[in-house]
Amino acid sequence: MEFTTIKETSEQLKNKKISIKELSEIFIDRINNNLNLNAFIYFNKENIHHQITSHFDKKSLLNGIPLAIKDLFCTKSMPTTAGSKILKDFQPPYESFVTHKLLNEGAIFLGKTNCDEFAMGSSNTTSYFGSVVNPLSLKNKPLVPGGSSGGSAAAVAANLCLGATGTDTGGSIRQPASFCGVVGIKPTYGLCSRWGIVAFASSLDQAGIFTNNVNDSAILMQAIAGHDSHDSTSANIKIPNYFESINADLSGKTVGIPSEYHVPGIPEEINVVWEKAIKVLERGGVKIKNISLPHTKYALPAYYIIAPAEASSNLARYDGVKYGLRSKNNTSLDEMYEMTRSEGFGKEVKRRVLIGTYVLSAGYYDAYYLKAQKVRTLIANDFMNAYKDCDFILTPTTPSAAFPIGDKEDDPIKMYLNDVFTVPASLAGIPGISIPFGKSQQGLPLGIQLLCKHFDEQTLFNAASYLEKNYE
Amino acid sequence: MNNLIQGKTSDWETVIGLEIHAQVKSNSKLFSSSSTKFGGSPNSQVSLVDAAMPGMLPVINEYCIKQAIKTGLGLEAKINSYSVFDRKNYFYADLPQGYQISQYKNPIVGEGKVTIDFKDGKSKDIRIIRLHLEQDAGKSIHDQNPTKTYVDLNRSGVALMEIVSEPDIRSAEEAGLYINKIRTILKYLDTCDGNMQEGSLRADVNISVRKPGDDYGTRCEIKNLNSIKFIKQSIEYEAKRQINLIEEGGIIEQNTLLFDAQTGKTKPMRSKEEAHDYRYFPDPDLLPLNLEKSFIENIRKEIPELPDERKKKYIKALKLSSYDSSILTSDKDVSNYFDLVLKTHKELKDSAKLVTNWITSELFSKLKKNEITILKSPISADYLGQLVILIITDKISGKIAKDVFEEMFITKKSPNNIVKEKGLAQVTNTNKIKDIVDQVLDLNKEKVRDYKSGKTKLLGFFVGQAMKLSKGKANPKLLNQILINKLNK
Repeated sequence: MEFTTIKETSEQLKNKKISIKELSEIFIDRINNNLNLNAFIYFNKENIHHQITSHFDKKSLLNGIPLAIKDLFCTKSMPTTAGSKILKDFQPPYESFVTHKLLNEGAIFLGKTNCDEFAMGSSNTTSYFGSVVNPLSLKNKPLVPGGSSGGSAAAVAANLCLGATGTDTGGSIRQPASFCGVVGIKPTYGLCSRWGIVAFASSLDQAGIFTNNVNDSAILMQAIAGHDSHDSTSANIKIPNYFESINADLSGKTVGIPSEYHVPGIPEEINVVWEKAIKVLERGGVKIKNISLPHTKYALPAYYIIAPAEASSNLARYDGVKYGLRSKNNTSLDEMYEMTRSEGFGKEVKRRVLIGTYVLSAGYYDAYYLKAQKVRTLIANDFMNAYKDCDFILTPTTPSAAFPIGDKEDDPIKMYLNDVFTVPASLAGIPGISIPFGKSQQGLPLGIQLLCKHFDEQTLFNAASYLEKNYE
Repeated sequence: MNNLIQGKTSDWETVIGLEIHAQVKSNSKLFSSSSTKFGGSPNSQVSLVDAAMPGMLPVINEYCIKQAIKTGLGLEAKINSYSVFDRKNYFYADLPQGYQISQYKNPIVGEGKVTIDFKDGKSKDIRIIRLHLEQDAGKSIHDQNPTKTYVDLNRSGVALMEIVSEPDIRSAEEAGLYINKIRTILKYLDTCDGNMQEGSLRADVNISVRKPGDDYGTRCEIKNLNSIKFIKQSIEYEAKRQINLIEEGGIIEQNTLLFDAQTGKTKPMRSKEEAHDYRYFPDPDLLPLNLEKSFIENIRKEIPELPDERKKKYIKALKLSSYDSSILTSDKDVSNYFDLVLKTHKELKDSAKLVTNWITSELFSKLKKNEITILKSPISADYLGQLVILIITDKISGKIAKDVFEEMFITKKSPNNIVKEKGLAQVTNTNKIKDIVDQVLDLNKEKVRDYKSGKTKLLGFFVGQAMKLSKGKANPKLLNQILINKLNK
């Protein structure tokens, strides 16, 4: 038994083929043998043992299932750093809504996974705790796992856990899923509570899931979705049983292929995978419809105004007054702020805080922030119009395969382009899933992205399940 | 009304607008369930949200929304069915989030007005621009340690209503009347306790001066004044400062000022160059507020009778003067007390003026001396009414009534009992009074002669002597009549 999927492992546990303790030891060994990946910020054997000794069995598929948690989710029994020096010793006295739900289902948390600092990055190179190495790296050439949820993606890809939580603001689940060859879903904005997730950009942040297959993704997604009265943006809707309801028969459905996602300069291998997926869908009786999402090209600039603007405000609370790092170099309040934030934040975080502060400043607000918000509305309208003609949309997830650690570091714009296919859905608040669907010429995984209407996650699981089954 | 200030070179007009910060009367904070109680030990009323812990989110307190709407309706203002919460970004140690959640472009309440009443019976409308909801900050404590500042977050996140007036105010007196009127209305509505000492009501004063007819001058803002006395003092000082500066050839710079109560002067806090850029933007953690019409209308039904309505009623139905009515209605509890007197004793309807006098002179001074509010008055509305009835039915004289009142205040006994126990009832028996008069005339035969020879001014002397003999109980009217009759015989 390989123990790579939740569904099978759960049956083994249920049939007492293996105990939770034995299962956990397997994963502890796996993590210990892969410390070079740097996938975890917090990993402590004793902590896991303690969870097992105090474990109460739950009637759930997730009972005893070892999971990894992105270090952006506040956890009561483990520190929470958000990948930042400013929170390096922060121990929350509370459990995030999402992780609380998972614990309630009986899941075991193996540790907290590495991520870009405050989820700002597309390569997991901005973490204070060092870069994560993509487990599929070529020999002598460590590759990035993608970001910001790179540790979670890498941990799932290397079978260091059976599933992992992530957060996606502009592609932070879908992009690393694509780079690491796993399934990653960002649900509709509002499907999961943001309570207890360290905020990056509040109007875009959404919790999601990494797994090795679509079924597991549906199982975990159902577990973390649901209304929370402590989050004003949390949706109060009934959550279907995604897994039980998966119907991989897509005949009669229509897929939209947006012409704007044919971006010039993109490696041919990306389009090859896309074409292949279209063909597979067509074979399954899916009608192919060319659609237009005319404002797509404005999505990236709009995103890189809105997200930093919100971040500049969200990160103001890290000031050295109440918790987290406080610089010792302080002789005045202003100096304490300056030094704490200078020492506590990394380069990328500072860059975005500065951008965000700038675009919200008096005299610039209308030209940047307000305009970006208008673009955002247009982009959302593009999708709504498109869904009049199709049930879901198919695009590549990323404009390239995983690249070497260190690449694009000197060129933020190039780095930001990683998000070109994932950002529009984030701005529109619609759900998206990335599943592996091919290999680059170098043999690296490439993902394709499925998008659909708000709160129509079931359609995503159905289509993803079909593609997964018919991938050759 | 002439509000002009005489300068060296010309007359000057003061132009004032007020921003009042009124703490919403609510058990819990604007975005968290922590208690808002005043005086708790430091940091004992702080939730994870109030302390801005990572990942914490605000959730609007519906009761505070209702209170703001109620206040808006009480200020005859437009209630905006769509409003937005914005973040006002700045760094300070007692602002845990690094931003204050406030309302910027779309406040919950729009234009309204408040009427202020002058002593001479005239009144004036002060227009309200808007009312919006916002969070209060915590408190920085600088005076407990020479090198450290402590922070108390109990107040952090408490709901405030900021009520912004048009620059319609023209003097310190008007400013005082305006803030008093707002305070009165809020207390009638029960949306703010109005306690200025505890900081439940504070004001920022925007002030400029100009020659009458000119455009507005450059204004300065005096921050955070927590008493009407300081508001008036600071306006008077600041207006003179600005006039002197201009007359000496200087230019007013747009400054934020603090008022020093010790020296009675204003001093700069920060200049325009140092002014914050608050980088307002809609708070993405909160959805815009969409109010249904029925929600607003249900709150409208809860609006009690407000001071202006009561005042009109007093003038019309009870024939009280505008001034008396203003005094009675300026405090809801006083007005309620007054209403209760008349409700309990319907026969006092035509003696409302007398009841008013007893409340606003005798009762007020007693309460003030003993530092008691009217709610805890030892003399109940019922008993005060009984006392007035004793006077108007000639059971006791006004002078005796004052003694009875004193006794009532101390013993809480009914006036009838006191009068009975102490035998204070007026002597209205003609024969008894005749006896007393005879005694007095007997004892003062010489003066009777003087009277009869034309010194009629002596009548007062005889009245006094007779009153003394009766221990003040003789009915003055009867006594007068009998005396005159006997003397003129």
